[in-house]
Amino acid sequence: MSEEIIKAEGLTKVFNRHLTAVDHVNFSVKHGEIFGFLGPNGAGKTTTINMLITILKPTEGRASVLGFDVAKQDSNVRDVIGVVPQEYTADEDLTGLENVLLCADLYGIPRNIAKERAMELLKLVELTDFNDKKVQTYSGGMRRRLELACGLINRPKVLFLDEPTLGLDVQTRIATWDYIRKLKKEYDMTLFMTTHYLEEADALCDRVAIIDRGKIIVVGTPEELKHSLGGDLITLAIKENEDVSGLIQKVEHVKEVRKEDGAYRIKAEIGEITTPFIIEALRKKGYTVTKLSLTEPTLNEVYLEYTGKSIRDVEESREAFAAQRMTMRRARQ
Amino acid sequence: MSETNGNSKSKLHGIWALTNRELKKWYKAPVIFLLSIIQPVLWMGLLGKAMNIGALIPANIPGINPGAIMEQTLGTSDYFSFMAVGMIAFTALFTTMFSGMSVVWDRRLGFLNKALSTPVSRAVIIFSKVLSATLRSMFQAGIIIVIAVAFGLQFGATFTPLSILGVFAIMFLICVGLSSVFIAITIRSTRIETPMAVVSLINLPLMFASNAFFPTKFMPDWLQTIAQFNPLTYTTDAVRQLLIFNTNYTQLALDFAYVGIFAVIVAAIGIVLSWRFLSKQR
Repeated sequence: MSEEIIKAEGLTKVFNRHLTAVDHVNFSVKHGEIFGFLGPNGAGKTTTINMLITILKPTEGRASVLGFDVAKQDSNVRDVIGVVPQEYTADEDLTGLENVLLCADLYGIPRNIAKERAMELLKLVELTDFNDKKVQTYSGGMRRRLELACGLINRPKVLFLDEPTLGLDVQTRIATWDYIRKLKKEYDMTLFMTTHYLEEADALCDRVAIIDRGKIIVVGTPEELKHSLGGDLITLAIKENEDVSGLIQKVEHVKEVRKEDGAYRIKAEIGEITTPFIIEALRKKGYTVTKLSLTEPTLNEVYLEYTGKSIRDVEESREAFAAQRMTMRRARQ
Repeated sequence: MSETNGNSKSKLHGIWALTNRELKKWYKAPVIFLLSIIQPVLWMGLLGKAMNIGALIPANIPGINPGAIMEQTLGTSDYFSFMAVGMIAFTALFTTMFSGMSVVWDRRLGFLNKALSTPVSRAVIIFSKVLSATLRSMFQAGIIIVIAVAFGLQFGATFTPLSILGVFAIMFLICVGLSSVFIAITIRSTRIETPMAVVSLINLPLMFASNAFFPTKFMPDWLQTIAQFNPLTYTTDAVRQLLIFNTNYTQLALDFAYVGIFAVIVAAIGIVLSWRFLSKQR
């Protein structure tokens, strides 16, 4: 088996002949890694995942999963992948166990094996106590875990997660990451996921591709991406009213100085060593430092740097979307 | 791969699981289940007993025999029997119309996409909808027959218990056909409103341009032409031949052939469409 579990070459999807959702995307995912697509709403993340899980045909280019072409050998692909969709797809009126067994039936797994696996998976996601309760009574986090269990029933080699923690609160989100890590380890899988949460990409992914308007802008480990920005960020303010940018710029390791709203934003390599030197230089000239902070770059800065916009801008519309979906689910009952 | 997956599956695997998922929503919800039984009873009471066409023919005029007139026009002297049997086709129409809606629901809730990413065949996904609507209608047809008998349905002279099996057979065919039609209408839809509008637009005309409530031979020519192509006409006729008429086997065979061909053609169209359009959303 090749090292490259997923490979996309010039993968493109055009809707209605003019809306290019995914635009000649190239990437590959190695065995055992968690690869994340990070980008705002409408960037093409879900469209990419839908092509990889064979429910959308690519307009152009090709992609393969475990060497099987997603367009030509789609049934081979479906056999070896697991999918955890963005939505809560479990049936409200059925119990947790019944839902997992329904998924097993879709894979044609014989009942006796299915039952054994279902109980094992429900134990791993800590739903054993609730397995005979209707899904109606489940919380958001429990529903997510149930979706995880369903996605793993066929022992997939590759698991696709589309926004695995969308709409969950922070604690539940962090707990869900733990489950994902645990399951990946238990079953030796390769994971492909999409997210618009920077913390999630940072905490969970081995490698991240930042995608914006259908194009991959940059790929790397979260560390690499952060380093590519050129170091840490020092913010300081002084009591005096003069511009000291030039003075700071002369300090060793300082790469860039910007004055914003009366404070100085300084990019510097190895911030914790450079900062004392900056303070020293300012003191010598008689300036008084009134405020100081040192931050290591986060993926938000990376995102800002490469796309020119903050991912937080799109967050709100996402939450609204999740709320709307919730309403729709209720409407069904 | 097979050693870890352990799945030995046929082309049709998952069909019962998906069908049962649909049926569970019905038989596990007592209210819905009860309503689906009450509905035909209401219709039968309203249309069959309220519109007593036989009473329109005055019995006290010398030389007029209402029973004989009814016999000649409807084929049976009892309008209730005529109507109650028409109700069976009516049930087929109104139960199957929801099969299309459930495709739209599954699409909106994401279940459809999830099912599409599993090895389940696309035709199976569609056929499970068809099958669940069919089984529901057949169950309701059984209830209607029982209730109609209780209300005074008069069986024809050639009636045997075997005729009931014939009714289920024709019901199976028409329901497979009709639900395939409704699914074909809704297969690309992401909104519930559009198919709702289309279905309610075609349902009643389809119902009344048939012989379900009124014999077609008294309809205007243009309507007769429509009724002649309407599979519901043949369904209703088959059920009448089986239950209340003196069975004309040539006519019965023709009915079965027509409805059977209709079912096969539209089901095939439904399956072809499912290959093309089930996953093409947005």
